[in-house]
Amino acid sequence: MTERLWNILIDSFPRILLPGLRMTLPLTVIAFALAMVIATVVALIQFAHVKLLTPLARFYIWVVRGTPLLVQLFVVFYGLPKLGVYLDAFPAAVIVFSINEGAYCAETMRGALESVPAGQLEAGYCVGMSYAQVMRRIVLPQALRAAFPPLSNSLISMVKDTSLAANITVMEMFMATQRIVARTYEPLALYLEVALIYLMFSTVLTWLQRWGERKLAAKGGVAHA
Amino acid sequence: MLEVAGLCKRFDSLEVLRDVSLRVEKGDVTAVIGPSGSGKTTLLRCLNFLETADSGTLTFGDRRYDLSRMARRDIAAIRMQTGFVFQSFNLFANRTALQNVTEGLVIARRMNREQARDIAMDALRRVGLEDRADHYPSQLSGGQQQRVAIARAVATDPRIIYFDEPTSALDPELIGEVLSVMRDLATTGMTMLVVTHEMRFARDVSSRVVFMEHGAIVEENTSAEFFKNPRQARTRAFLSSIEGKR
Ligand SMILES: Nc1ncnc2c1ncn2[C@@H]1O[C@H](COP(=O)(O)OP(=O)(O)O)[C@@H](O)[C@H]1O
Ligand SMILES: [Mg+2]
Repeated sequence: MTERLWNILIDSFPRILLPGLRMTLPLTVIAFALAMVIATVVALIQFAHVKLLTPLARFYIWVVRGTPLLVQLFVVFYGLPKLGVYLDAFPAAVIVFSINEGAYCAETMRGALESVPAGQLEAGYCVGMSYAQVMRRIVLPQALRAAFPPLSNSLISMVKDTSLAANITVMEMFMATQRIVARTYEPLALYLEVALIYLMFSTVLTWLQRWGERKLAAKGGVAHA
Repeated sequence: MLEVAGLCKRFDSLEVLRDVSLRVEKGDVTAVIGPSGSGKTTLLRCLNFLETADSGTLTFGDRRYDLSRMARRDIAAIRMQTGFVFQSFNLFANRTALQNVTEGLVIARRMNREQARDIAMDALRRVGLEDRADHYPSQLSGGQQQRVAIARAVATDPRIIYFDEPTSALDPELIGEVLSVMRDLATTGMTMLVVTHEMRFARDVSSRVVFMEHGAIVEENTSAEFFKNPRQARTRAFLSSIEGKR
């Protein structure tokens, strides 16, 4: 490898990593946190068969899962201004990613809620607990535990999917790399470099997932006892 | 103490309970026996509103309720005074044995934790499991889980406990420990309505026996009379079919 290429790689490393820390990471964390709130609410609505809201929840999941993320980004960022709704790139990305991720995670959460044996709900009623009490104390904790591994997967996928935000001018890692490529004409080396940085991010998250799973297991009691 | 009258329940076109009437006095231990599918589980579930009856009345304590139109508040009030032991235990998997018992006291009854803990430990002691208080259900045998479930029901100081085939999900060698706990409970005067296939329990422990078939009560008597002089031909047929299996 030439010295020039080395210099480009070393020089570009912080210029890719910094947007990663400043954009990719906050985008992922904020959007995923919002997605969790959406997912929990939507899953609980379906689990409890709330009238009127359940069809609405299904509709939301149907639309979001049935359309490409990239198209959703374009609709919100380039399309909505037609209706007078102007959003900056970053908030637009946060909104789209949380709505998109919320739909997928809602299905994960619903499955996890349904995996808790119904008999435990009934046993809760029989000792005098209300629906809300049984959900909060018995069903939700077990569902969250069951949902933890698949939700971790979703989070790891999302870190990588945030590269799509480059298409709506969010200055995240991938866009930063593209800019450097345009200046240096070293696409292979630089795209491999950014791939490596994504891999670092994912690896850290995988460690966190393992740690979280151990932590949950240590608290004892499994959903399918 | 408790009286059901004219209880009917259907699942779509399937008539599961036909005009069931039943009286339980304070201190009674009533065994409900009958072939599988005769509606025994559904009867218990209707009494604790896990299923909604289509018609019938329930007299509980000194009040009378229309089973098909129960107010939410009345359901909650009655459940506070009854216990339910399931065939499949249904312990809270994310709670220890002790927490399984305190949950109904601390959360549903707003009892303070120390008092709840004392009561729960007493209940666990009664079922011989005080040394398993900190175990999770997954760490307990079936027999132990069912005993915790009984402790959970007993701890709330109910006026009656419903048991739905409490030993049917257990390995044969674990049945004895659960039956013996139930026998102890019966001798302390607890009112119990027990769906069971354990004829020895029905004969030796229960004071009354109810025989159900096709969603109706065929025969009802004191347990001594029931086994000595079954009046109905169908009761005799059922009893001999059970003897035959032994
Ligand atoms: N939730 C339900 N939906 C439809 N049919 C049911 C339901 N629960 C019970 N049944 C039917 O009702 C009948 C009585 O059931 P059950 O009360 O469980 O009888 P048992 O406890 O005496 O075996 C059976 O034919 C059973 O298949
Ligand atoms: Mg049954």
